[in-house]
Amino acid sequence: MPITVSMTVNGKAVTGEIEPRTLLVQFIRENLKLTGTHVGCDTSQCGACVVHIDGTSVKSCTTLAVQVDGADVHTIESLADGDTLHPMQEAFRENHGLQCGFCTPGMVMSAVDLVKENPDPSEQEIREWLEGNLCRCTGYHNIVKSIKAGAAAMRG
Amino acid sequence: MYEFEYQKPSSLSEAASAIKSADDGSLLAGGQTLLPTMKQRLASPSDLVDLSGVPGLSGISVVDGNVVIGAMTTHAAVAASADVKSNIAGLAKLAGCIGDPQVRHRGTIGGSIANNDPAADYPGACLGLGATIVTNNREISADDFFVGLFETALDDGEIITAVRFPIPEKSDYSKFAQPASRFSLVGAFVAKTSNGARVAITGAGQAGVFRVPAMESALNGDFSAASVGSISLPSDDLNSDIHGSADYRAHLVTVMAKRAVDGCG
Repeated sequence: MPITVSMTVNGKAVTGEIEPRTLLVQFIRENLKLTGTHVGCDTSQCGACVVHIDGTSVKSCTTLAVQVDGADVHTIESLADGDTLHPMQEAFRENHGLQCGFCTPGMVMSAVDLVKENPDPSEQEIREWLEGNLCRCTGYHNIVKSIKAGAAAMRG
Repeated sequence: MYEFEYQKPSSLSEAASAIKSADDGSLLAGGQTLLPTMKQRLASPSDLVDLSGVPGLSGISVVDGNVVIGAMTTHAAVAASADVKSNIAGLAKLAGCIGDPQVRHRGTIGGSIANNDPAADYPGACLGLGATIVTNNREISADDFFVGLFETALDDGEIITAVRFPIPEKSDYSKFAQPASRFSLVGAFVAKTSNGARVAITGAGQAGVFRVPAMESALNGDFSAASVGSISLPSDDLNSDIHGSADYRAHLVTVMAKRAVDGCG
């Protein structure tokens, strides 16, 4: 039986009639047409689907949309301000922190959450934090470099 | 994922009656195990009863020599809690090495122990600290709670509300993580308590978490890594899979136990 969910996504109030089994990532991509959030493994291992729920990073492929009814959700689309990239996005661009780019939205969302908790993470702390984000191009070296630079830029 | 009815009760008694009246219902905590299981169609509950709307199930407090953790408290909250870190260092460390940061933001202690995955971390802490599992009906000692593979002493529809951990003199958790999943290939939780030493091993046993009495009595004599270093377990009842043979796990039990004793400081 379809049920109604309402939440704030990227600052905008949204509502949808969905089946309870709808995953948050499906709701974001298919109902809201925000396709920056990716589905990689669909088994909560790769982290391409990371979004922020009430300020913390979670895997939207392992969360039901109904579980976040009333929550404040932010996706990768919320980071840039028009044509001005978020400092973390800019750092990924500057440091070539991507190869094919598929994992990048999740990497960036995960990195932004890390810096909120730990404004000046060491390389080791960054690598540990990326436990749940996989890059199948194995471009970790530049991703870690990007996050280090992005953290510095976010500190200002 | 097959279809199900979704219910979000706003009190514990509503939750209890919702799960009782459901055909084949499941309680939903953080969903970090249940949802992947449902996606693989290994579980197909008729109803999901979401506990996130029930007040009072989250939070950490220190009461009468115990750290009490609400069932819906996330791993991240336990790992970051100053109360847990200062009173039961091994428990904070354990919570901080479950899965990955995003899983720790959603996964809960109640969900983890109700599931009793033989490779999960929390059963090690519950048994290693002699915790008490508090439900909507009763209190169950950790020694009686973990019955077997994915099996607990919980009755159908019984809801964990909190876990009460007695504060030990010292404790530590040492884990050899399966490199892909980060579940424990072998994890050893060691505590020095007022009632003696406790050693609980997760990840290794075919029937899930278990204590090692030989190591406990050795530690009661001399609380040092050397006293557990000479004790090895028979591999007969240990898991054997592509990640590690039973003999390898038996070896790891001793190594992880030694490290955890060392880590107690």
